[in-house]
Amino acid sequence: MLSLSNVETYYGNIQALKGININISAGEIITLIGANGAGKSTTLMSISGIAPPREGKIIFMDREIHNLTPDVIVSLGISQVPEGRHIFPELTVLENLQMGAFLRADNKQTRDDLEYIFELFPILTQRRNQAGGTLSGGEQQMLAISRALMARPKLLLLDEPSLGLAPIVVKQIFEIIRKINTENNTTVFLVEQNANLALRLADRGYVMENGRIVLEDSSENLLSNEEVRKAYLGI
Amino acid sequence: MLNLSEIKRSLLVSLWFIFLTFPIMVIRVNPIEKIVEWRWGNMLLVGIGSFVISFIWRYFIRQKELGLKKIEMGEKITPLLKKLAIRESKYVKSLFLTLVIAAVLFPFVFSTYQTTIMTTVLMYVVLGLGLNIVVGLAGLLDLGYVAFYAVGAYSYALLNYHFGLGFWTVLPLGAIMGAFFGILLGFPVLRLRGDYLAIVTLGFGEIIRLVLENWNEFSFGPSGIANIPRPSFPGIQFSLQQATVYQYFLTIGLAVFTIFVVNRLQDSRIGRAWIALREDEIACQAMGVDKVRTKLSAFALGATWAGMVGVMFAAKTTFINPASFTFIESALILSIVVLGGMGSVPGVIIGAFILILLPEYLRAFAEYRMLLFGAILVLMMVFRPQGIISNVRRTYELKGIQK
Repeated sequence: MLSLSNVETYYGNIQALKGININISAGEIITLIGANGAGKSTTLMSISGIAPPREGKIIFMDREIHNLTPDVIVSLGISQVPEGRHIFPELTVLENLQMGAFLRADNKQTRDDLEYIFELFPILTQRRNQAGGTLSGGEQQMLAISRALMARPKLLLLDEPSLGLAPIVVKQIFEIIRKINTENNTTVFLVEQNANLALRLADRGYVMENGRIVLEDSSENLLSNEEVRKAYLGI
Repeated sequence: MLNLSEIKRSLLVSLWFIFLTFPIMVIRVNPIEKIVEWRWGNMLLVGIGSFVISFIWRYFIRQKELGLKKIEMGEKITPLLKKLAIRESKYVKSLFLTLVIAAVLFPFVFSTYQTTIMTTVLMYVVLGLGLNIVVGLAGLLDLGYVAFYAVGAYSYALLNYHFGLGFWTVLPLGAIMGAFFGILLGFPVLRLRGDYLAIVTLGFGEIIRLVLENWNEFSFGPSGIANIPRPSFPGIQFSLQQATVYQYFLTIGLAVFTIFVVNRLQDSRIGRAWIALREDEIACQAMGVDKVRTKLSAFALGATWAGMVGVMFAAKTTFINPASFTFIESALILSIVVLGGMGSVPGVIIGAFILILLPEYLRAFAEYRMLLFGAILVLMMVFRPQGIISNVRRTYELKGIQK
């Protein structure tokens, strides 16, 4: 469904990605784990076109997307939940969700999707007319995920959904990610620092270090891998 | 309310002011008779005056903080202004009717002088609403807005001078020229935000003014262009007074048109994209909003109005030169937007009325006019930083999910 081959991305003169290869098939949950500054977020930004790669190819559903602008990439069916949530603080919850459907013209289905979202996250129903900035961290994360879902993505890019949240909320959010994956057949690409949780959720995982992929395996194998356990699971 | 610490603080303030103003208010050197006058009476006045003002000031600040606490505790306060902002139809309808009648009768009741002032106010209403698109909705701080105003005015003056084009031909051309220059400014500043953007737009405004001032062959330099014809009406020759009234109604027409369009824009898709872009650029891109197009459209649509008002301005004064388009003009328009309430249409309208009419009617205070004007601005920003009418956006209710 999505494949990155030899992707290199720069911020000015600083090379953040040094030739990345990733393959994702439809319906999978894939996770990308690694330390701070390894280039995980940059990988997502490169896919969504916000930080376009200088070298390499990104192919999404038989189409080269590395030269496209972010709005076209979203319209093709890739939605990103940026790190740190990035909700619109002064827009209401409902307006935030409507922004998620910005590129859609099918009002009827958008409304159905909105109802589905409110079923998925009942707390957002109560907060519907509240400004986004007044929500708690966990609620904001739920809103950010919901907003991305409002675009009806085929591929959902999640950047550190556990960041700064209480363990119980993280668990809740991860359960919903699984639900989204099974119910809608949405492919999920999850970037996480919380390697333990991420690997338990995902089918396969990639490990990243200093802008390179150093390991790629099924989640079970990674969880039992001695080096991964030492470096990322703290066992 | 009368507690000791408040009195002590006000006392300190007044002592400080006595110290500060001592050299200018108390000592006066008379160089002719070579003596030093000590005006101790002035010191007393300064002391008492600053004590009282500081005491009242602190009292109001406390009241304001109490008010904020009340809001936090969930008590709903809906003053008339807020109701107006939410556009409760009951109030709006009667208010609207009164306004229409007042506007129509105005030139026939008041003098030509008053009508001219009112025309100026309405022009600033349109300018404020135009800048409001850029600053209030899209959140792009533009300090060079007057450049587009100048572009409109010079479009009319020059096209009329060289090709004899009339007011009605140039009005849409002025709008297009404004939009064109808006995009011209927009391209280089696409990647800039906040302070940097403000500085570049400031520079842009100055460049336009300096070009007009120095390129004699093109714009006749500082001596400007005179004898610009007033707006025409086919088949009728106006006297000066009639022309003033005619211009007044034209400006009302433009203002109403602007209010209508800006209102529609605000609730449209592109309006929502502007607001979202103001709030969070990265999230906006992740939602599929085309950043380049959204920003450029804000600059272009904002500048369009300035271009049109520029044409009107040239037709109204019949003479323009670069001195009318200095930075202070940009600052005034920006003040209208900020004072009125960023992003709020009724706020900007009221802001324009206050900021243009106040200096006119403060003429009674002669030399204290600008001092009072400044004091009112400071008070406004301390006690109502969100503007006279803060922006209350419409909340949308979707059927089917209400509980």
